[in-house]
Amino acid sequence: MKVTRGFKGKQGEPGSASDRVPPGQFVTRDFPVLTAGPTQQTVLESWSLALQNGGQALGRWNWAQFEALPQTERTFDIHCVTKWTKLDTCWRGVTFDDLIKAAGLTSTPHLYVMAHCDGGYTTNLPVADLMGGKGMVATHFDELPLPATHGGPARLLVPHLYFWKSAKWLRRLVFMETNAPGFWESLGYHIYGDPWREQRYSGD
Amino acid sequence: MSSFARRDWQVATATLFRQETVRVRSITFEVAAWAGHMAGQHVDVRLTAENGYQAQRSYSIASPARRGPDIELTVERIGDGEVSPFLTEELHAGDTIELRGPIGGYFTWGPAISLPLMLIAGGSGVVPLMSMLRTRHQSGSKIPVRLLYSSRSAEDIIYRGELERLVANRDGFRLMHTLTRGAPAGWEGQTRRVDRAMLVECGFQPAEEPRIFVCGPTSFVETVADQLVGLGHSELAIKTERFGPTGDKR
Repeated sequence: MKVTRGFKGKQGEPGSASDRVPPGQFVTRDFPVLTAGPTQQTVLESWSLALQNGGQALGRWNWAQFEALPQTERTFDIHCVTKWTKLDTCWRGVTFDDLIKAAGLTSTPHLYVMAHCDGGYTTNLPVADLMGGKGMVATHFDELPLPATHGGPARLLVPHLYFWKSAKWLRRLVFMETNAPGFWESLGYHIYGDPWREQRYSGD
Repeated sequence: MSSFARRDWQVATATLFRQETVRVRSITFEVAAWAGHMAGQHVDVRLTAENGYQAQRSYSIASPARRGPDIELTVERIGDGEVSPFLTEELHAGDTIELRGPIGGYFTWGPAISLPLMLIAGGSGVVPLMSMLRTRHQSGSKIPVRLLYSSRSAEDIIYRGELERLVANRDGFRLMHTLTRGAPAGWEGQTRRVDRAMLVECGFQPAEEPRIFVCGPTSFVETVADQLVGLGHSELAIKTERFGPTGDKR
């Protein structure tokens, strides 16, 4: 550890240090927007979510069908790799567990999933990080429909990992036999992304 | 980039300062083992207090793509910030901080890309785009490049003199300034927020397949990127970096 001469920082301020804030993060009340390109404008009429095993369809829901699935409301802390952490964010959507049930599956075909999104974004996740209530497809934030800038109509929500894993504008969840890097994971970001182990970049 | 070495924290010694505007300062750091970066990448900066408390932030690299030991960061002071007030006001020559990087492999440009280059900056969003302009100049590239640069006032323009010198090279760089909160007497640039007409006038045609980089405050980037899509530019050609508050508190 190398001390920076004269630096004190904002330690001691509410939220500056907490057992809810992972290492290297700071708390913001704002909800920043980080996206590699233009915001996707997806119309509900043409929206659908697909669950696939490779190219094989396991389930597919249009907006009305998706809204009819069991809805779960949960409050999470979220952590962006760009250093901000936002506490107590309230989301509504369909858990991955309920999606699996709705597709009539009793088990998952593989151990990994690639999420595919409008605009071509992808991110990879172990299935274990989606099951047991850990992951959901969120359509509402703070009881309101999720705005496009934050990934609406529907984004993946996996709050225990860095927020780039919570892919905006989600359209397909594809099971894959072996783990493979998605968009940011191919560009130097960590393959798993646990904020508590500060797995920001490849090699962390 | 094909492989990613582990990004260890490195000691960076502040060597040179240049006050760009009242709120913006450029700092040159000597980083002994800097392995080089691409234009558009950023670094993570870590400051440590005497009692061990640490704060990290990300800053875009302003210097052109090259190997070390010197890299330049340009930092805007955020009023209630924790790290930027220290970097812009308290750091002295010879002081050391820690940094690691380069980070980010998408918002990057190099002179091997032969397509026209369209840069659109809001405020301190000009920093990574300046690295691209400097990289282009350093390489002797004649690739057509345009910078549309929105600032609040003339006093807020970062790199103003250097940008004018780059234009004076007459090597295919065109610059358009716009000011959103009033202009001085004799101002020859634009005086409104970036809009569709300005993007048409300053930009390239979609058929010219420009690579487009937009960097600035969130609302600025949202508006510009939407307008570019509306003008028919390919979404995949538009790379964006957003920063600052969104006002979305909920």
